[in-house]
Formats: sequence, C-alpha cells, structure tokens
Amino acid sequence: MSAAAVPRALAIGYWMHLKMLATSAFNGFLAIIWPLFFATIAFLVYGLTGDDRTLLYASIGASVMGVWSAVSTSGSATVQRERRQGTLELLVAAPVPIAWVLLPITTAMATVGLYSMAATLLWGWLLFGIDVTIAHPLQFAVSVPVTVLAIGMLGFLLSVTVVRYRTAWALGNAFELPVWLVSGFLVPISILPEWVRPISWVLAPTWGVRAIRESALGGQPLPDLLACLGLGVGYLLIGVVCAESVLRSARQNASLALS
Amino acid sequence: MSAPPRSLVNSGRILVVGGIISYRALFNWLSPWILIPSFLVGPLAQILLFAYLGRSAGVASDEFYVIGNALQYAAIPCLFAMSSTIGDEREEKTLGIILSTPAPRVPLFLGRALPVILNGFLVAVFALVVGGLMFSIDVPPSAYTPILLATLVASFSCTGLGFVCAALALRVRETAVLANVVFGFLLVFCGANIPVDLLPDWMAAVSPWLPLTHGIEAARQLADGAALGDVGDLLLKEAGVGAAFLVIGMLMLAYFEWESRRRATLETF
Repeated sequence: MSAAAVPRALAIGYWMHLKMLATSAFNGFLAIIWPLFFATIAFLVYGLTGDDRTLLYASIGASVMGVWSAVSTSGSATVQRERRQGTLELLVAAPVPIAWVLLPITTAMATVGLYSMAATLLWGWLLFGIDVTIAHPLQFAVSVPVTVLAIGMLGFLLSVTVVRYRTAWALGNAFELPVWLVSGFLVPISILPEWVRPISWVLAPTWGVRAIRESALGGQPLPDLLACLGLGVGYLLIGVVCAESVLRSARQNASLALS
Repeated sequence: MSAPPRSLVNSGRILVVGGIISYRALFNWLSPWILIPSFLVGPLAQILLFAYLGRSAGVASDEFYVIGNALQYAAIPCLFAMSSTIGDEREEKTLGIILSTPAPRVPLFLGRALPVILNGFLVAVFALVVGGLMFSIDVPPSAYTPILLATLVASFSCTGLGFVCAALALRVRETAVLANVVFGFLLVFCGANIPVDLLPDWMAAVSPWLPLTHGIEAARQLADGAALGDVGDLLLKEAGVGAAFLVIGMLMLAYFEWESRRRATLETF
C-alpha cells in the first residue's frame, strides 16, 4: 500500500465507522447517559460542599469521562464484534495494514464520546447550575480535539491486543473506572496514593483533562496539551510497531476466527 | 410415606437442574480467567472511585462508600444475567423451543434466578471483604453474619428487578444497554454514594421503592454495631421490594410471552 493511500484509507475508515456508530440509537443513548449517572453523583456529592469551583472542576472532568468510556468499552468490543461476525479475517487480509484499519475505529469511537462531553456539560448547567465559562476559547477549542485524539490512540493500543487475544475486549471494561480515577477526572490526583501518580503521568487523558481545565479556567494549558499530544503519538507508534507482530502471532495461533 | 407427586419432582428438576444448565450456558462464552476477574475488579474500581470522591468532598466515611458500592455491585450479575437468560436464548433462537415445552413457567424462570442470586451475593461479599481491607474498615465480628444476611437479601431483591429486565428482553434487543441503564439508576438512587436524606426530595421519594436501598442501609447500621433485630424492618422491606418486582417480572414475562406468540416476534432479533 502506497504512503499516499494511507490518509484516504484512514479518512474513509473513520467516516464509515462514524456512520455505523450513529445508526445505533441504543448505543448512542448509552454513550450519553452512562457517564451522566457518575457525573450526577459527583455533582450531588460536590454540591454538598457548597464550593462552586469544585463543582466546576468536577463538571469539566466528568465531561471527558464519556470520551474514555466510548473508547475503552465500545472500541475493544467493536473489534470483537468483527471477529464474531467473521469479518476480522477479511480486514486482516485486506491490503491496508491492520493498524490503519483499527485506528479509524477507535478515533471514531472517541468522536462519538464528544456527544457525551456536550451532554454532561449541558446536564451540569441545566440541573446543577454549573456555569462553565471558557476563559481561553481558542485554547479550549484545540485542547478538546487533541484530548479526544489522544484518547482514541490509547484505545487503539488497547484494540491491538484484542486482535490477538479474543478475551482481551474485557480489558476495556476493566480499565474504564480505574482510568477515570487515576487520570483525575473527578478526584484530584494529589489525594491518591503516591505510587499511583507515575501511572497517571503515562496516561494521556490525565494531561488532556488538565489542558481542558486550564483553558477553561484561565491557566496555562500548553504544557499539558503538549504532554497529551506526545503521549498520543507515543501510543500510535507503539501500536503500529506492535500491530504486525501481534497479527503474525494471531495467524500462527489461528485465533482470528475464534470467538 | 408416599413419594412426592411426579409433577412436583419435575418442577424441582426444572428449578434446580434447569437453572444450573442455564447459568452455565450463560457464562460459557467467556473464559473463567476473564469472567471471574471482571466480577472482582469492577466492584473494587467502583469502591475506589467513590471512596476517593467522598474523601475529596468530605461528605461521608470510607465505610459508607465501601458498603454502599459493594452491595450495589451485586446488581451487575443480578441485572445482566437475568436479562441475558431471556435475551441470549432469543438471539440464539432457542427461546421458542423452551417456551414450546410443557414445563411450568414459575420453576422454569425462578430456577434461572437462583444461581444469579448466589453470583450477586458472592460478588458483593468479595467486594465487602477486600474493600474493607483496602480502607481498613473496622466492623465488629458479631456483625459479619448479619451483614452477610443483608447482602443475600439485597441480592434477592435485585434479582427481582432483574426479572423485570428479563421480561423486557422479550421486547427489546439491546438487553445489555437496558441493564446498564437500570444499574445506573440504582447507583444514583439507592443511597450507595449519597445518603438518601441528602438526595433531592423527589429522588429520596423514589429511593425506598427500589431494590438495595434498605439492604444497604441495614448493612451500614449493622457495621456500626446495630443488632440484627434492629434492622429487621429494613430487611423485610428489602425482601418485600424484591418480591414485588419478582411478581411484576413474572406477570410481564407471561404477558410478553403471550404477545410474542400472537405477533410472532418470539424469534425475531
């Protein structure tokens, strides 16, 4: 496959998966409502403190939860669905490298998570009176897509394992809440045990949500944004390098068709 | 002494053997090496998330969140497994075969609930023990058995709601989505993470009519040193709510089965 054809494959794959995801009203509904349950609890709990700034902190963090949920659970389940329907072998046999097949799936998932992000901010504003005024609109407008892309890359790395191991999709479910916690979506990382902090540093969502908060609240989002972007690129490189060897292993072990 | 009537023996076999086979089939698609950690990691992650949220806000103690979330997580097996017992049979086209048999419906469906209650109970107990150890919660040893009883009653109660989800699986395809939504409602409304008296009035009014609310409250009081007799009314209410949902679920199952036959939708998926 020529290098010039890669962007076309990525763009078409992304658009096709986005359209497929948009056809499932049930999944779309769940993607929006699921993080709202957790956000509601956070708003109610922090609301009891009477501190508006804490509520604002929680509101922005909660809005990113849905992006990660969409990628972690649905992203890995989508690859598994391809396997169950017998289409994973066709995708692998296509001339497009498997990495460029998986990448649009997880980035499309992350994009769907934007619905949830908007819904959570709207929910907080309508029901809890949390007024999110954006101090740096331009930086906010950059921070959100960079964070979404970086989370999509993390999902991509996760989905590579699903190609090889048919039960690895369960990892997506297992990682959903721990990443919410460790990345500081609802709770400051400073109150977590010391040993957890290095884990949060290697997670792009940690820096992404910080960048979004900083740009919304009037801080300096650039360092966090660069860290988020750097980690996202790192996930991409690791995923691309690993994808072919993982695929070779899946072929040798004949695990592509096993559901 | 005469032998029990043949119909009773058959019903007993359908209840016990049928329930075990159905449960094994339900989870046969997933390796135990993944299934078991999924049941064990999930509740601990939820406990950690909300316990730290509680610490951050300074609203309630670690014990409050450990007990609330451990018992609430029983809802995962209770809701998902019950909806899958109908939804998966429907998807695999075996529901029609089962319902065309002369097997009485009550033991047929109740049998599917028994392993689920046990599953929910074990998940909650694991979460209580490990969550308690993680946060060094001090519970008097005399409260262990009563808390186990409260957990069992809560699992039963939640399985009652699972019956309603199972009945709805005759009408909707996305049973996992349905179970997730019901789980989310329980998470917000049953007092697992926010004391019921601190919920907005309309939410606090809904709370007592849901499974888990009374069971969680009973377990918290027991952990604080109350005697079993002191929380007897809470446990009775919890069991009553579960029984009410179970009856509603059975009636819905009967109605939707009848309607599925009439509209020939039993195997459409």
